[in-house]
Amino acid sequence: MDFLFPGGREMSEGTDVYKVSLDIFEGPMDLLLYLIKRDEIDIYDISIERVTKQYMAYLETFKLLNIGLAGEFLVMAANLCYIKSRMMLPKHVQPPEEDAEEEDPRWDLIRQLIEYKKFKEVANELGEREAEQQEHFRHQPEKIIAAETEERPLSGELSIFDLIRAFQAIVDRFQDQGLGEIVDDYYTVSDKIALLLETVAPGQSIPFTSLFADATTKHEMIVTFLALLELMKLNYFAVRQPDILGEIELKRHAV
Amino acid sequence: MELSQIVEALIFAAPDPVTTAEITKAVRRGAGENPFAEQQSWDQATPEVIEQAIAALGERLLRDGSAVELREGASGWRLVTQAAYAEWIRALLPEMRPEKLSPAALETLALIAYRQPITKADIEAVRGVSVDGTLQKLTDRRLIRIGGRADLPGRPMLYETTEMFMEHFGIKALEDLPNAEELRRVELPSAEVAAEPIAEAEAPVEVESAPTDPSD
Repeated sequence: MDFLFPGGREMSEGTDVYKVSLDIFEGPMDLLLYLIKRDEIDIYDISIERVTKQYMAYLETFKLLNIGLAGEFLVMAANLCYIKSRMMLPKHVQPPEEDAEEEDPRWDLIRQLIEYKKFKEVANELGEREAEQQEHFRHQPEKIIAAETEERPLSGELSIFDLIRAFQAIVDRFQDQGLGEIVDDYYTVSDKIALLLETVAPGQSIPFTSLFADATTKHEMIVTFLALLELMKLNYFAVRQPDILGEIELKRHAV
Repeated sequence: MELSQIVEALIFAAPDPVTTAEITKAVRRGAGENPFAEQQSWDQATPEVIEQAIAALGERLLRDGSAVELREGASGWRLVTQAAYAEWIRALLPEMRPEKLSPAALETLALIAYRQPITKADIEAVRGVSVDGTLQKLTDRRLIRIGGRADLPGRPMLYETTEMFMEHFGIKALEDLPNAEELRRVELPSAEVAAEPIAEAEAPVEVESAPTDPSD
C-alpha cells in the first residue's frame, strides 16, 4: 500500500516504511474491553454505535501508523458493523439468525466479552501467584531462563491505547504546513531513534508532547512516534502519566 | 541423629521436589545398611512416621529463625528461601530473574487450567485471537501438554496443564485455583458451525464441539 504524504512524497512499502508490529496488542477483545472500561460503559448495555465508532477510529490510527494488525481486528470490525446494522432494523425485518437465543443482537458479543473479562481477571491473579512463587529460591535452580530484556509494562495505568490516543490528539491538532518548499531530506525511523537517543540522556525525562514540537509534517510526527515505540520495545524508554489525564512523560532508563 | 534431620538432608540434596513416598522409601533403604537406624526401626518406617518427621523439620526451621523454609508443592517437598530475602538474593544474583509469563500466555493458560482438556479452537473462541504461538511457548516451557485428541472431525488436540504448571504457580491441586468453582463450570462460547460451505471452494467446516465439561 502506498501512502501519499503531505508534500507529495510517496512512500512505498519495504523501502522507508518501518513496519512496527506491537506485541502489546492482544486482540480485538482487549481493545473492546479497554473502550468499555475507559468510558465506564455498562457492559450489559453497550451503545453499539458509539463503541463501533471508537473502535474504527483506533483501526484508522493503526493504519496510519502502518502497524501490522492481526486479521481478527478486521473480523471484529465486521462483526460490530453487522450487529449495528441489525440493531437499526425493526425487529420484524431482521433476517433470522441461527442459534438466536436472544432477541438482542448484542448479546453474543456481550456474553463473549464477559467470559473473556473473567478469564482476563483470573489470569491476572495467576500472574500474582507466579510473582509470589518467584520470590522463593532453591539451592539448585533448574532451567531458570534469565530474562534478557525484562518485560516492563508501560506504567501502572497507562496502556498502549492511551498512548495512541494522545498521539491521535496531537496529530489532529497539527496544522499542515502545506506545499511550501519541497524538502529533500525525509525522516526515517532510524534517524529519529538516533535523535532521541542523542537528545535524551539516560535517566532524563521529557514531556511526550515535546517530541513533536518541532515537527514540520505529519509524516515526521508519525515517524517520531514509531521511533518512540521501537525504543520502548527495546527497553530504552518508559512512559508514565504521573497525574491522571495529565501530561504524559517519557523517561529514558538509566543504564 | 534424628529422623527429621535425615529428611532435611534428603530434601536439600534432591534436585527436584520429593514426595513423602519417595522419602519413606529412601529412609527404609538407607536404614537397611545402618545398625543404629535398624535399632530405631527406620527400616520399617511408615509414611505416617515420615510425615511426623517432615512436620518436625518444618517447625524446627521456623523456631530456629532459619531463612529457609519447607514448602509442599504439587510434586512434593522443597526447601526454599523465604520471600523476605528475595531482594538480597537478587542483589547477589541479578541474572537470576525468571521470565514472567505475558498476559496473553496467562490468559491462554487460565483457560486451559480451568477447562481442561480443551481444544485450541475453544481457546480461540474465548480469547478472540489465534493462540498458535502462545501454545507453542507454553508447551516449550512444559506448562501444558497434549492430552489426547477430541472425538470430533479433524481429531483436534486436547490441551491440559502439567505438574510443572502447578509448581510454577504454587498450586497443589486444580481445586485450589482462584475462583475454581465458578470458572470451571462456566459455559464458554465454543467454536461455531459454519452455516454453509463457501461456494466453489470447499472450505473446511468446523463443527461445534460437544460440551466440554464432563460432569464430575
